[in-house]
Order: sequence, then C-alpha cells, then structure tokens
Amino acid sequence: MRLTFLLALAAFAAGVPVLSRAETTLLNVSYDPTRELYAEFNASFAKHWEAKTGAKLAIKLSNGGSGAQARSVIDGIDADVVTLALAYDIDAIARKAKLLPANWQTRLPHNSSPYTSTIVFLVRKGNPKRINDWDDLVKPGVAVITPNPKTSGGARWAYLAAWGYAQRKTGSANQAMDYVRKLYANVPVLDSGARGSTTTFVERGIGDVLLAWENEAYLAVKEVGPDRVQIVVPSVSILAEPPVALIDKVVDKKGTRTVAQAYLDYLYTPEGQEIAARNFYRPTLDTVARKYDKQFARVTLFELKDYFIDWATAQKTHFADGGSFDVIYKAQ
Amino acid sequence: MSTAYSVATSGHVLASLADRDFAIARAFDADGARTLNPPSVSQGPRRVLPGFALSLGYTILYLSLIVLIPLSAAFIKTSELTWAGFAAIVTSPRVVASYKLTFGASFGAAAINALFGFIVAWVLVRYRFPGKRVVDAIVDLPLALPTAVAGIALAGLFAPKGWIGQLLAPLDIAFTPAGVLVALTFIGLPFVVRTVQPVLEQLPRELEEAAVTLGASPWDGFRRVVFPAVLPALLTGFALAFARAIGEYGSVIFIAGNMPMVSEITPLIIITKLEQYDYAGATAIAVVMLTLSFALLLLINVLQAWTRRRQGAES
Amino acid sequence: MSNANVRPAVALVSESPWVRRALIALALAFVALFLVVPLAFVFRQALGKGMSVYWAALVDPDALAAIELTLVAALISVPLNLVFGIAAAWAIAKFRFPGKSALVTLIDLPFSVSPVVAGLIYVLVFGLQGWFGGWLRDHDLKVIFAVPGIVLATIFVTLPFVARELIPVLQAQGNDTEEAAAVLGASGWQTLWRVTLPSVKWGLLYGVILCNARAMGEFGAVSVVSGHIRGLTNTLPLQVEILYNEYQFAAAFAVASVLALLALVTLGLKLIVERRMGSASLIGERFA
Repeated sequence: MRLTFLLALAAFAAGVPVLSRAETTLLNVSYDPTRELYAEFNASFAKHWEAKTGAKLAIKLSNGGSGAQARSVIDGIDADVVTLALAYDIDAIARKAKLLPANWQTRLPHNSSPYTSTIVFLVRKGNPKRINDWDDLVKPGVAVITPNPKTSGGARWAYLAAWGYAQRKTGSANQAMDYVRKLYANVPVLDSGARGSTTTFVERGIGDVLLAWENEAYLAVKEVGPDRVQIVVPSVSILAEPPVALIDKVVDKKGTRTVAQAYLDYLYTPEGQEIAARNFYRPTLDTVARKYDKQFARVTLFELKDYFIDWATAQKTHFADGGSFDVIYKAQ
Repeated sequence: MSTAYSVATSGHVLASLADRDFAIARAFDADGARTLNPPSVSQGPRRVLPGFALSLGYTILYLSLIVLIPLSAAFIKTSELTWAGFAAIVTSPRVVASYKLTFGASFGAAAINALFGFIVAWVLVRYRFPGKRVVDAIVDLPLALPTAVAGIALAGLFAPKGWIGQLLAPLDIAFTPAGVLVALTFIGLPFVVRTVQPVLEQLPRELEEAAVTLGASPWDGFRRVVFPAVLPALLTGFALAFARAIGEYGSVIFIAGNMPMVSEITPLIIITKLEQYDYAGATAIAVVMLTLSFALLLLINVLQAWTRRRQGAES
Repeated sequence: MSNANVRPAVALVSESPWVRRALIALALAFVALFLVVPLAFVFRQALGKGMSVYWAALVDPDALAAIELTLVAALISVPLNLVFGIAAAWAIAKFRFPGKSALVTLIDLPFSVSPVVAGLIYVLVFGLQGWFGGWLRDHDLKVIFAVPGIVLATIFVTLPFVARELIPVLQAQGNDTEEAAAVLGASGWQTLWRVTLPSVKWGLLYGVILCNARAMGEFGAVSVVSGHIRGLTNTLPLQVEILYNEYQFAAAFAVASVLALLALVTLGLKLIVERRMGSASLIGERFA
C-alpha cells in the first residue's frame, strides 16, 4: 500500500509540467473558428522563426468560445498571446486579472486586428426559402441558427449586425429591438459556440439559414461542398474585428516576450496576411487585400462604434444580465 | 446479479449506513437460516482490531482535501453575495426555467426508468430467453460509457436526419426538452434495474405460490405480494436515477437545444455565468444544486434503510 | 439458498405465456433502443469512411496525446482512490463510532455533484483568482489547465466507487477472522494484507473496474479545468468533442469508438468478476 501511494505521488509530481525542453513554447489561446487558420499560421511562423534565429519553437493552440477562453486566461492558463473574437473579452482580461495594460488595443495596427471578418448567411443549396437579406430572417417558417450571444463572440457580432441593420433602416432603437426579438423567435437551437452552430446547421441538418462568421461560412462550403450549402451575403453587415494581444505578465515571466511579439507581428506581414486570406479572413494589408479581392463578396460594412459606441457599452446594453438579449428571451 | 455503485453486490446489505444497530451487518437469506449471531463489531474504548485511528484519520484527511475544502470554496465564494443578491440570482426567470427543465426532465427520466427498468429486472430475474446474459451485461453500459460518447451518439441518432429521428419525423426529439429526457433516461437506466434485481431474486416464491393456492390471480399475486416487497427498492432506484440525472452534463449538452427559458439545463447556466466572469453567480447556482443533491442523498439513505428493514422482515 | 441462476424458469405459478412474451419484448425493445442502437451508431459512424480514416484518426498526434493523458489520469486517480477506499471501508466496517452515517454520506457526495460544479470548485481553489493561484504562479507551478488539475478533477469524480463497493462487502463479512488474526498476534498491516484484502479481492476488483471506467470517461469536470490545449490538456472525451466541432465526424466517432470499446471491455471484466464472486448472495457466505 505504501508503495502504491509513493508511486502515485511520484507520478503526480511528474505531472506538474515545466514545459521547457530544448525548445521554447508559445501558447496561443484563441476562439472557435480559427483552428484551420492557426494550424497553418503556426507552422509557417515556427519555420520562419527557426530560419531567422535558429531556435526551435513549439506553438500550442487552444480553441474554444471567446468568452470561455478569456475566462481561462483570467483563471491562470499560461497564454503568451490571445487571439479572440472581440475586444471586450481581452478588455475583461485586462480589467479582472490585470495581465496586460488597459490600452492594449492601441499597441498593434488596426485596433490590434490583423484581419477582419463579417457576418454572412449560410443557406441550403438552391436557397429554397429565398433568404437574401436580413428582412427574410424574420419571415414566419424560417429557422435561423446562431449561437448564444452570452457565450459566443461570433453570436454577439451577429446580434449587433442584426440590430445595426434594423436601426440603420428604421432609425429607431425600439424597432431594432423588435426586429431582433422576431429574429430570435425563429431560432430553434442556441449552441454555446460558433462552431457548434455550424455543426448544427451543416451536419445535423437543422435550420434554414446560419448566421456565421464569413470565414466559417467559406470554410463550411469548402468542407461539405457547394452542392450542400451556399453563401448569401446580405446588403449590409458589421465590420467584425477579432483582435490579438500579448499577455504581458505571462511573457515576462516565461521570458518569451520577443518571440511572442514577433508572432503577433508576423500576422501583419504579407506571409501572415496571405495565410489569413487563404483561410477566408479579410486581410488588412492593401497588397494582399487587392490580390484576394475576388474571393470576398462586396458588402457595405458598418462599424461597431456607429451604433453601439464601444464594446463596454454594447455589453452592458445588450448582453449583460438584464440587457436586451435577456429582455427578448423573457418575453418569449 | 451484481450491481453498480451504491447497490450492494449481495443484495442483502444495501450500502447505506443508517447504522443504528447491528442490523446493517446481519446477513440473512430466504431460508432464514444462518448467522443467528450478528458478526461482531469492534466497539468501545478498547478496540480489538488495530488501525482505527490511522484509517479513520486518513479517510477524513483525504475527504477533506479532495472534497470538503474545495466544496467549501463554492460556499465561501457565494457568501460574497448578500442574501438579496443570492436570492435574485437563483430565482431569476432563466435560472428558474432551467430548474424546471433539469428537475422535470430528471424526474421524467427516472420515472421512465422506474417503469421500464422494473420490467427489465423482472424479465431478467424471472424468465429465460436467448441472449439473456448479453442483455444483463449491457444494462451497465451507461455506467461504463463516457458521457461525451453517449452525448454525440444520442444527438446523432435523434437528430432530424438521424436513424431514429427520421423514423419519428414529425416529432422533434433532439434539441428540445424531449432530447434532454432521452439522454437522462439513458444514463439512469442501470440504477433501477440493479436496485430491483437483487430484491426480486431474493423474493421467496413461496409467498406468491401461497397467494395463488389461496385463490389469487397472478396479477393479484403481483399486486399484493410482489410489488409491495419490491417498492422500497424501486423507490431507491428511482431516487438514484434522479440524483444522477440532475447533475448530468456531458451526455445532455450535445442533444439539448440550449435555448434560454426552454431547453437550457442548470449546469449550462453555471458555465455561462462563469464565461461572463460572474463567479459569484456561478457558485450561487452551484450551491443550490449542491444543497439539493445532498438532500437527495439523505433521502436515498433513508429509503435504503427502509428497504433493508423490509427485507429483514421477509425472512 | 436460492439463487437466480439456478432457479427454474417456470415456477409453480406463472403469468400467461403471452404476458411473459410481451414483457420480454418490451424489455428487449427498451434495451435495444436506448443501449444497443447508440452503441451501434458509434461504430457505424466511426468505420463509415473506411479503416484507413479510422486508423489515421487514432494515430494522429493529438489523439495519441489524449490517450496518454487519459491513461495518466486514470493511473493516478484509481490507485489513490483504491487506497482511500480500503482505508474508509476498514474504518467504517470494522469499528463503531459516532457520525458514521454522516461520513458515508460525505463519501457519496461526489457522486451526486454535477461534474461542472466539480470542475468549478477546483478553479476556485487553484485558479489565478482563487485561493492558491498567486502562490502557484509565483512558484511556477501549474495545477489548473495542466495535468494535475485534470487528475484532481478525476479523483474527485471517481472517489466513491471503490469505497462504496468495499463497505458492504466488508460489513457482511464481520470481524471474526480479523479478530482471530489479531488475537493470534498479527499486526494491523498483516491482518489487512493477508486476511482482509484477499477475502474481498473480487469486490475490490469490481470497484476498481468501475472507478477506472469513470476516470477514463469523465467529461464535464475535466472540461472546466482543462484549458483545451491541443496535444497537451485534452483527454479522450475532450478530444472527441474537439473533433466533432471540426467537421471531422468520422474521426470523432473513431476516438469515441475507442472509449466505447473500453466500456465493453469494462462490462466484460465485470461479468468475469461476477462469475468469480459467485452469484449475488454469496459474498458473506464464503466465510461462514
């Protein structure tokens, strides 16, 4: 019995990881739809870094709902960088855990968003329900799939896109809430993450239209085939800026600041931008954007600050307890 | 037949320790014969057997480190709220709707398992048929199969395009409360079967036979002799299935629709609150669930004590 | 001593054969619908795209890392809970003391706690915003979002299994043999090792089998403390979820099928142990 105990103790102690061997390790804590993007990017950057400095680099990736991932960072996961869905989640890390400065978003170009995206519709092949724009989503008999805005960053962008559309059209916040209420009345399933919703729509065959990140939609078409789903781009949508940030306290402790900074900078280089574009994210670098222009549909994009001031306000008004989302759901 | 978890393998001694007297250790059987003397139990200041302090000390230490102290963290975190704040969170409409779903579906699933589990136990004990051993073994599958695997399997099966979902086409199962019911029925299945089986096995046939010779029909024999004898075990199994279902997460989360106010289970709300950085809110709801689970446990222990006394009365 | 395996199927009194057949059919239908079909579905989906896809899914580095982590978690938590189970059963079965029923209820507690809550409490204790988070970080120790956290959550969830199997078995036996050993001069450890444990070895094994099955399959609690770092902190059940979310359904079900096979092996071992234990009633009997 003592032997078993000692063995177990030894095994337990051995499990406390010190992730250093001969190589450095970076951990990128990211949101749901970036699996493919960062699989490609990490390989490219590791090669680039080794060529440049001769040092071997192991890059680990974690994916999950943006809010859940931010929560993990707040609770102590050793993320060198975070690449999340919305600035609010990184603000939360700064505010609650003080792991990076409050002005983090100004440290990198384009509000720390090397690539942008937007919200589009994914429909069944042939578009049998004739869904072409936001108004069609509230028609009776249309089932809309979108994740839960409380847990999914993508869902929040979608919610704000819908709201922004309605407010832009009617000029009234009340009517916008009405529109969003009718929209969510047509939603049969609320997954907790963007990828979960895509699975529900694509694989389980639920719903007539999916409100998806643009890159998710393109990826779905690529994965399951254009003979099953197709993309419909609405007349107007929101400019979604998924930001990236360095977690200062972690990199300073691990001594990885240089390489982590280089990792983020690489996202803005032509190589990094190409990888983003290839994975259906809209690049911010002009040269690359021009090159991939044909790939992305033209859509009028409004910005978050046009209707919602900033994320803190948007969160409080819409997604916090008692916000508009709660009001909408209570009424149903 | 052997059972899982808290149902004793022997069927004689049901696991709980409402240890008032020696009764708990008294072995008895349908013949009523052996062990007239209860096995001795060391007691009093001079204990014959060594190791009391060490074993009890280690047990309490381990329990404290692994269970009690971490659980207290939930209560301590919740205490940061005022009573009013606490009440507001745990009685908010969305949370209350989730209680209704979680407890309602758990109750429904346990009820279904009580009915069909009883039938399965009956069939396994009383009849012979080909494949009986296989059926008996597979009853424990929900205990051995990881919840996530059960989750994706049931979600795939009952989705509109799934094998069973297609058959039931106009009826939506997956992503509705019905889906939650299906998942919870799955995971609770062994409990009633394994609690009732040993009791049915030990039931003296002579009683039923006596009833029939005195003129009762088989149905009367069942209703008046068998069922009352089995009832405590049935209730225990029901309570066990119920307790298990309440906290279940892995198998439900894939098949639930997660719509607030409609198909959102309470554990999911806890996670949602966590992801909104509302730790106190998450722990508040956790505390409610913990208290209810603990109360259920006590109820189960009482039921098991009743069953034991009932069984004692049979022989 | 009557015993289910020996009892004649047709008793003196029985319900009509039609009732019997209907009940059998009903039972079989229920079992088939809820148990057999899901199991078949897992294997069908896993093998649907052919053996090469199936195999590739299993030798993928992330899947292998998940298998390794699952094994590590089980190999640590099961022995620890085994030791605990023996200690608890010894204290509870062999002695009388006040508060025994409270103790047993406490041992039961992890069983009724939701896995999400189980994970949450460890985050509260070891997370950066929790009790020891700062201290752990200062000393470069990782618990949550690393292997120790996963092991802890697994230990919590599987804690009662061995104890709950052993306690009734030890109780049914009584103390006679142990007291005899003590009177004859055996020390406590000798008594435990040579008298008690051999007599309950099948019950012990049974508890270990169940404990292991749950340890390898735990999802909810581990999901909260894992961090989902690919190739590092994903157990097999988490890996199933990840693959499922990546459109790799065949791969997800392939990994799930590994777990399902494990479940079937568990059931098989259970059957064997049951046969060795004799039929249900005979545990205490053997030592009369």
